[in-house]
Amino acid sequence: MTARRSGGRGWALLGLTPFSAYVVLFLAVPTVLALGTGFFDGDGALTLDNLTGLLEPAVLRSFADLLWLSGLTAVVGAIAGALICFALLGTREDGWLRTGISAASGVLAQFGGVMLAFAFIALIGIQGLLTQWLLRTFEVDIYEGGVWLYQVPGLILPYLYFQIPLMVITFMPAMSGLKPQWAEASATLGGTGAVFWWRIGFPVLAPSFLGSLLLLFANAFSSYGTAAALVSQGAPIVPLQVRAALISETVLGRENMAGALAIGMIVVMVVLMTAYSALQSRAERWMR
Amino acid sequence: MSRVGIEPRAVTRWLILGVIGLLMALPIVAMVEFSLRGAPGEYTLDHWTGILDPENERKYRGLFEGVGNSLLLAVVTVLIVNAMLVPTMVLVALRFPTLQRWLEFVCLIPITVPAIVLVVGLAPVYGVVSRIFGSSIWTLAFAYGITVLPYAYRAVRAAMDAVDIVTLSEAARSLGAGWLTVFFRVLVPNIRRGMLAASVIATAVVLGEFTIASLLNRENLQTSVLLISRSDPYVATIFALLALLFAFVLLVIIGRVGAVQPRRSTS
Repeated sequence: MTARRSGGRGWALLGLTPFSAYVVLFLAVPTVLALGTGFFDGDGALTLDNLTGLLEPAVLRSFADLLWLSGLTAVVGAIAGALICFALLGTREDGWLRTGISAASGVLAQFGGVMLAFAFIALIGIQGLLTQWLLRTFEVDIYEGGVWLYQVPGLILPYLYFQIPLMVITFMPAMSGLKPQWAEASATLGGTGAVFWWRIGFPVLAPSFLGSLLLLFANAFSSYGTAAALVSQGAPIVPLQVRAALISETVLGRENMAGALAIGMIVVMVVLMTAYSALQSRAERWMR
Repeated sequence: MSRVGIEPRAVTRWLILGVIGLLMALPIVAMVEFSLRGAPGEYTLDHWTGILDPENERKYRGLFEGVGNSLLLAVVTVLIVNAMLVPTMVLVALRFPTLQRWLEFVCLIPITVPAIVLVVGLAPVYGVVSRIFGSSIWTLAFAYGITVLPYAYRAVRAAMDAVDIVTLSEAARSLGAGWLTVFFRVLVPNIRRGMLAASVIATAVVLGEFTIASLLNRENLQTSVLLISRSDPYVATIFALLALLFAFVLLVIIGRVGAVQPRRSTS
């Protein structure tokens, strides 16, 4: 058996080459190129000029705006999503309610992008259903101080619209992992429902919750479609700065600025995902 | 209140689901309402029926091209997943178990590298690709294969974990089966639910992809809907609704068919 195995080892290794070549060409090379170009100027000479471009006020502001947008929508999305997961406790896993909610969550979390921009223009655009209804019925003009839908504040609601479903998808397994026996044990010892959640439920779920929160943060941070469809003027958040850099080639008088922005984004993403996987492995202790 | 258990009471459950569900339904309702708007204060089905009107064929040609392109891309991406990723995962599980961790690491990298970063480096790569394969749309599937990698890997992995593929393949081998027979007649039937789930999620992700297509100046469903929204927002909204509905149906199918059977003990 072992003889036959080792005999075919060369051929087996050969079997790994198509996938390896594919991943190198379309994942490794683009990633290295994206990050590498940040260190070169237009003539191919090494430079730190692009990186110092990250310190320009406009770029710093786009990072700051993206960070608070991601933070706010991650926190609100995580709380609302966790509430839905809680509400789904005790429903049948293969019932219509769970299947329907998880499919809808999958669509909105992974598919949304550009489509969500249209949804919110139809709802709270200037001619939107809600805008006009509020105006007619309560004479409340949500755009009294100017139209904010097409600027950073306008991204909050659409982003929440994919953050909440993403929380449902990522947090539901942890929530379902809470064992009814723990509640029974706590009740036998005289604990009330509040005691159970405060002393057992929240501490057990905390790592998963924080992990999902980070994932939501990373998700909003790297999202592009919704903003690209909604924001037509300027580049208030980093992904739109990347777009501007790619389209016009020179931003702030620098070539390859897109590469520098890519480095900035990757640094944030690596920090987020490292913390996420650390929290995740801690959370898995309770999921056996 | 002597209730034992962690489940919410029915009132609490339906209150939470009702309030959040209502808020989440609002944008969808608004899209439907918007697509039915006619003259001020009136509703009409004209925007819906107009899509198939031969008179508008020229106007919506780009849109249908985008839909066609996205479907083609979905097919090629599904091929990449099933013909390249799945055999590699099987090969690693059977012959190179030590590489398992590396394969997982590689497959999950695209979560950390957002499409907007990847596209910066894909632009020069596609300069080379279009010199070799021409600039036809299907080549974009190479990039999409990467973006669906984490989802596809997880779906197939879940199916592989549910069966003991090492024992299965050794049993088949000792009965005289060749590797091809082992793969197609023993392993694939056992993990086909995972392959189906991976294919469906790959399709959903490809149909929803915008970033890469838009920044590489290719035309797919999402870019063409955005383009037409400038001249005809009603039709753009209708297509957005239909696309969301289509993706929803796909994901319900995963929920129903792709659900992997309970994990069997493999010890």
